[in-house]
Amino acid sequence: MTAPGKTRGSPGRYSALRLVWEGLTGHTGWSQAWRKAEPRPAYQVVIVGGGGHGLATAYYLATEFGIRNVAVLERGPIGLGNVGRNTTIIRSNYFQPDNVRFYEFSLKLWEGLEHALNFNAMVSQRGTLNLFHTEAQRDLFTRRANGMRLQGVDAVALSRAEVKARVPLVDLDNGRYPVLGGFLQPRGGTVRHDAVAWGYARAASAAGVDIIEQCAVTGIRRDGRRVTGLDTTRGLIGADTVCLCVAGHSSQLAEMAGLTLPIETHVLQAFVSEAIKPVLDVVLTYGAGHFYVSQSDKGGLVFGGAIDGYNTYAQRGTLPMAEEVAGAAMTLLPGLARLRVLRQWGGVMDMSMDGSPIISKTPVDGLILNGGWCYGGFKAIPAGGMTTAHLIARGEPHPVAAHLDLGRFASGRTIDERGIGPYPYLH
Amino acid sequence: MLRIPCPWCGERDEIEFRYRGDASKSRPAADAGLEAFLNYTYARENQCGWHLEWWLHVAGCRKLIKLVRHTQSHEIRAVGRAEDPLSLPPERSGR
Repeated sequence: MTAPGKTRGSPGRYSALRLVWEGLTGHTGWSQAWRKAEPRPAYQVVIVGGGGHGLATAYYLATEFGIRNVAVLERGPIGLGNVGRNTTIIRSNYFQPDNVRFYEFSLKLWEGLEHALNFNAMVSQRGTLNLFHTEAQRDLFTRRANGMRLQGVDAVALSRAEVKARVPLVDLDNGRYPVLGGFLQPRGGTVRHDAVAWGYARAASAAGVDIIEQCAVTGIRRDGRRVTGLDTTRGLIGADTVCLCVAGHSSQLAEMAGLTLPIETHVLQAFVSEAIKPVLDVVLTYGAGHFYVSQSDKGGLVFGGAIDGYNTYAQRGTLPMAEEVAGAAMTLLPGLARLRVLRQWGGVMDMSMDGSPIISKTPVDGLILNGGWCYGGFKAIPAGGMTTAHLIARGEPHPVAAHLDLGRFASGRTIDERGIGPYPYLH
Repeated sequence: MLRIPCPWCGERDEIEFRYRGDASKSRPAADAGLEAFLNYTYARENQCGWHLEWWLHVAGCRKLIKLVRHTQSHEIRAVGRAEDPLSLPPERSGR
């Protein structure tokens, strides 16, 4: 007898009914969530990088654009890269109109993601609250919130009293940076990041995509200006189109195709405290320093700050930034002073020259780039996947991602959210 | 914590310095054209291996110095004044 929703050889649909059934029958009917595919000699599309963006691109190629002759190559196992190293925040509270449109497109996809993937990704729209500490900052945030509302995106101003009611932990009257209020995006929140990788991998595999783990790319083959395939640790794999979704290592892969990108690689750290009872039900950001925090469903406080600030490929952080993050935490939330940090880790990311991502064709025909995500790649996974798949399938950019092309640097259309200029260590 | 050997002040903690990025670039001539300025402004070698870079000793001598540092091990192989011609070690480990 087969479990409800299950057919032989496939993982089947997950449902409450099936969970009850499996519970009663000793959990013997579960099978692996995605096939462990062996590489075939050639594919129509090969995606390098089995992280969030690579898996999402493969999933949307197969389900939205009908291209199922697709492989995703991942140098390690699925889920150990940046898709499992971020702080799980989703939001669309940007200033630049193009960014608002793109990230709002992503947020809408997050809202329907679990039904689409048939996977519980624990999408939790608990709100993201940005605090401000000066009147000038209030004006800036008001301007940003008004820009969002003009595009139909939610943004709410909170007074000091409302901030205090919402987050009693905050020290409103700390001597140096008193909190004057905050801006809340109620639809922002968090998503279980591992489940995003697993959910997309399972759904893409079920749609016919080959997910090939432990397969590192060592070279990009070209015939003149056109890409023809990839040298990998598991042999030569031919491809009509190659898509790089390897943020953090985009420069290295692009160099294999003779390209130099407007990207530097930097490390961003994240931290988790020991688990405590619920104290924080929003994603909170500090306005007078780089610090953001949320509480996971297990009870740990998940928090982070800025990049360490110099080029590095080492997936670990160093102590000066850990000290700065802890200092900001103590200023804003002094009640946490005796909380112990349980874990700390780092992920390396593509810091682009204007702080915005790149979804673009490249000077090599058939080579598509999805990268430059800086520290904002996680929230963009559904939109990044959908728009990259659109670019591959249709040969032209998706309307909400057309501004993310590589050509913007030459033509002066950079999208610099904070007006910093080509200095990634300051973004 | 990096310990950076400033040629003027000796070995100091990284927090005394401000990173100033890729030092392999030099400004093209004024009439070098769009492509040359595009590369100078935006393109980065971004080596996974030895990297030539600027650091400003803001909390020390306030001089700009040059480092050859490994972007995976963070080992500092050479240090010089801004005008010193430093070259990258031939091996490109980490690729």
